Amino acid sequence: MEFAELIKTPRVDGVVLRRPFMPTVEGTLCLTGHHLILSSRQDNTEELWLLHANIDSTEKRFVGSLGTIIVKCKDLRVIQLDIPGMEECLNIASSIEALSTLDSVSLMYPFFYRPLFEVIEDGWQSFVPEESFKDLESMTDEWRLSEVNKDFSVCPSYPSLLTVPRDIDDESLCKAASFRHGGRFPVLSYYHKKNGMVIMRAAQPLTGTNGRRCKEDEKLINATLCAGKRGYIIDTRTIAVAQQAKARGGGFEQEANYPQWRRIHKAIERSNVLQDSLIKLVEACNDQSHSMDRWLSKLEASNWQSNVKEILTTACLAAQCIDREGASVLVHGTEGTDSTLQVTSLAQIILDPACRTIRGFEVLIEREWLQAGHPFQQRCAQSAYSNGKLRSEAPVFLLFLDCVWQILRQFPCSFQFNENLLIMLFEHAYASQFGTFLGNCVAERGKLQLSQKTVSLWSWVNRPQELERFLNPLYEPNNLVIWPSVAPQSLLLWEGVFLRWNRSTKCLDEAYQEMVHIIEYNKELQNKVNSLRRQLAQLETEDSPLQTP
Amino acid sequence: MEHIRTPKVEQVKLLDRFSNKSVIGTLHLTATHLIFVESNSTSAQEIWILHHHIASMEKLSLTTSGCPLLIQCRNFRLVHFVIPRERDCHDIYSSLLRLLRPVSYDELYAFSYNPKQNDQQREEGWQLIDLAAEFERMGVPCDQWQLTDVNREYKVCETYPRDLYVPITASKPIIVGSSKFRSKGRFPVLTYFYQEKKAAVCRCSQPLSGFSARCLEDEHMLQAISKANHNSRYIYVMDTRPKLNALANRAAGKGYENEDNYSNIRFQFVGIENIHVMRGSLQKLLEVVGTRSLSMTDYLVGLENSGWLRHIKAIMDAAIFLAKAVTVEGASVLVHCSDGWDRTAQVCALGSLLMDPYYRTIKGFMVLIEKDWISFGHKFADRCDQLDPDQKEVSPIFTQFLECVWQLTEQFPQAFEFSEWFLIQIHEHVHSCQFGNFLGNSQRQREVLQLKERTYSLWAHLLSEKQNYMNPVYSPSFAESHPVLEPSTQACHFKFWRNMYHQYDRSMHPRQSILKQVLTFKESNRELEGTVQALKTKLQKFGVSTSPLKPQTPPRDRSLPPRPQSLILGAPLLSRKEVQQEEDEEVFGEEAREDAPASTDGERTVEGSSATENGYGELTGSFGSKNEPAVVTLEFGVARMTC
Repeated sequence: MEFAELIKTPRVDGVVLRRPFMPTVEGTLCLTGHHLILSSRQDNTEELWLLHANIDSTEKRFVGSLGTIIVKCKDLRVIQLDIPGMEECLNIASSIEALSTLDSVSLMYPFFYRPLFEVIEDGWQSFVPEESFKDLESMTDEWRLSEVNKDFSVCPSYPSLLTVPRDIDDESLCKAASFRHGGRFPVLSYYHKKNGMVIMRAAQPLTGTNGRRCKEDEKLINATLCAGKRGYIIDTRTIAVAQQAKARGGGFEQEANYPQWRRIHKAIERSNVLQDSLIKLVEACNDQSHSMDRWLSKLEASNWQSNVKEILTTACLAAQCIDREGASVLVHGTEGTDSTLQVTSLAQIILDPACRTIRGFEVLIEREWLQAGHPFQQRCAQSAYSNGKLRSEAPVFLLFLDCVWQILRQFPCSFQFNENLLIMLFEHAYASQFGTFLGNCVAERGKLQLSQKTVSLWSWVNRPQELERFLNPLYEPNNLVIWPSVAPQSLLLWEGVFLRWNRSTKCLDEAYQEMVHIIEYNKELQNKVNSLRRQLAQLETEDSPLQTP
Repeated sequence: MEHIRTPKVEQVKLLDRFSNKSVIGTLHLTATHLIFVESNSTSAQEIWILHHHIASMEKLSLTTSGCPLLIQCRNFRLVHFVIPRERDCHDIYSSLLRLLRPVSYDELYAFSYNPKQNDQQREEGWQLIDLAAEFERMGVPCDQWQLTDVNREYKVCETYPRDLYVPITASKPIIVGSSKFRSKGRFPVLTYFYQEKKAAVCRCSQPLSGFSARCLEDEHMLQAISKANHNSRYIYVMDTRPKLNALANRAAGKGYENEDNYSNIRFQFVGIENIHVMRGSLQKLLEVVGTRSLSMTDYLVGLENSGWLRHIKAIMDAAIFLAKAVTVEGASVLVHCSDGWDRTAQVCALGSLLMDPYYRTIKGFMVLIEKDWISFGHKFADRCDQLDPDQKEVSPIFTQFLECVWQLTEQFPQAFEFSEWFLIQIHEHVHSCQFGNFLGNSQRQREVLQLKERTYSLWAHLLSEKQNYMNPVYSPSFAESHPVLEPSTQACHFKFWRNMYHQYDRSMHPRQSILKQVLTFKESNRELEGTVQALKTKLQKFGVSTSPLKPQTPPRDRSLPPRPQSLILGAPLLSRKEVQQEEDEEVFGEEAREDAPASTDGERTVEGSSATENGYGELTGSFGSKNEPAVVTLEFGVARMTC
């Protein structure tokens, strides 16, 4: 297919771009296969380059022959284009519509994007499961790397290499897989160096209404317990939801069959509910009515902050089981690809200082989200302005990022990265020139040949020039477990994402720069003092023979 | 002191407000403070509660572990003691009851507080703020505005200061006539002069207009104000009350200006609620945020129902209206409410702060409070409940003003010389009665009390600790580029001020404070600049020439006063090593408890909250014979770091 077929009018002059808190720009609008470009053709004004993939929805309005297209983006920005001429406007609108809803992944921009920078470190090769397994091996010999899923036949959404208890053979794994939703049998997610406790994750067991059991599954998870120890199963669903799942063949671990485990139910919402929550939240944030009561009641009704609190609380609970109770944890919900990953990844941020470095955080996202089979393509197909029929869109990853931001706010010196990294990840999960977030699982990414045909986000992020923007100047490594407060008064609305486009951030940005400046000046002074001291010491030693008689 | 029956009680348990944590310690009762000293020698936290800070006490019904005593403070601290013997509890309770209800001003702490300064130092403290100099700074007196001596003896208005500024065309008969037509005699006077446009901000109380009364002198007065400003043909009259309230006042012979009688006024209602609504609102807010295991839904619904942020926004909106009228239109504005000492003070002070960068500095902010709040007779004694007065007079009007300023600091982080810690410290002392500044209801009363001779000034105290209140990212050049602040008034930009209302609830605060960190860096920068200089001087002795170091900030006084205990700043500034040590100690404490035998059940519940409490979650059911203690101890929102 040629993009040209979809572009009815490639160019319109005299288009006016309106954005809140920015000067209006008048110029020429161009449509290309992947971008909407508005250029004033003047040297110092900013051009707008908008990926079609970033467009969530559009609205048209006409006053006389002046048409207006309101473009609502997945990064929550709303822009307005005033286009002279009704026909042009209609053409542009329908072209945008068509180009922003392309069905085929292989037509997406990442397959066409050629980096303007030299790829020094190929992000596709940055995170190899074997390497993290080596780290694990240096701490314990209880685990092995299994190739049972080499051809993705045991579990289509898992990667080919999985860390499992040493004593469980591949055959048992296959049997356990047949007992778990989508074949997602329990695998290692995190090993707590301090006490050897582990977090495992899986999908729900397929007990069904007649209480099926699977000896291999029981053996598998029991193999992770030390003699006489007990563990916790954190089911991210309420008991009622878990009960209902039985009717559809799912279910939860029966106490009788898993006597060494205690099950805890939490209430993390399912994905369609979360999508609804996001839509309501963004609508509340964009409400210009200025009424306090309306704002607070809409914020409450969106339930977004409640979702943040619940997810964070569950993650803290998992971390607490590990660190305080010295008990291993198995986490699952229904499919084990959404709330499960939120919990396991957040727990690691709380427990493991390595996850709070930039590299460690990338590893975490790669391992606990991308490799673990969070269906990014489905979940991030539409964002808060989607008005069409939703399929499986949900801001699961955005909620995770929000929770990370909450912890970052409470421990502003414990993270190597700053808020910019989180916002950047949110943007790229929804629309990107990079291939990292395409596809729904490792198997799909392989079929799409992403590593050959697209550039990895990490190749770009990890360039020193880019990294600088994501560094937290206040960072001082600490090896402690960080326990965030989950009181509602301690959890804030993530303004950097949700109020980003309806406020001017100039004052806040300048203040941040000033802070960076103070800290950099400190380093500079310290260097200066050191070099002067050295200079002085040298002179003094040179001088001393003269002084001694 | 005769009121203290039991000066000391041992084995008192202090319960944490939001978790099941508790510590054992000794309670001391002194003439001025209630002091709790933790017995555990490693942490040994001390809590000092000034009697004046206690807003209310409640003795709860006896429990097996003792008699609970709940104390709610005006600085939003809430302590929950359990005293083993009921008799002791009763003694403490009744002693406190007497101590915290002083019958005369002489009993207030300010009259016994002695910071070991001599008379001269004290006098200097009081001379720090000079309002005549402040009006001079604004450019008053000038060709249109003059100082009047009409109130020299407090004869025209006893709640106003002696020195008042009025238009030159306002003669004494006009002033006196106008004052007779205004509630409590509070006639229109100048409070802020915007030199650039010669526009004035004036304040007064409501006119005694009833349904039809008018007063020519008052009309002349407003005309004189209007004529003093050649930039605008009209003046705005802002009635900061909701229209309904103003209408109701007419029945009592009060009311608002009739536009027909006054030439060239533009009348505007603003709709800020009265002191009773504000008191109720804060009460509701505190109830909500004081709830244990608060859910997000209950929090947000409660926040909305309390109306608190709605009121804050209303005040802000009014101040913005005022600032715009003055700076954009160049019009003079007359502000009033009912008596002109609550809402009027809020709006005039906040409006001036928006217009004038000087008020955003530490010294300037003191001046602003001294001018619009203290001298113009905001009734601090009544509003802050200094002497057991009518509880219906108590209202968080000044607190709201401080919060509005805080909301502004959030939007303009570089505009203010001070940090929120300064605002909170002022709030603390408005209620502490430790310094003379806020005692009494009016200047006249303060003179009668001889405060300047018998007490100390808060401003001197705060200035001596200035370092602690600095905003590290403050930029004087910001004032040049933004002389007038234009805050957003979208509802979503107003936030709950956690550090004020949960100042003492450690578990709610970020465990690491950016403010503290950056302040430390700034201090370190100053020290390093000094070191660099010293090293260069030494090097010069060796004949080495060095390039001069461009100081980033002008070197300041390097002597650091002791830091006040602040939870916002985290622990008092320690070196990193010490902080680390502190964390470690805490950790060991925890670990020791974790390894303790099963008999420490009690302690376990102490350490975290029980399953039913909203900690991170509940771990239901139990393993075999082990019961409750096997439950994961859930710490409600405790931001603690462990190894």
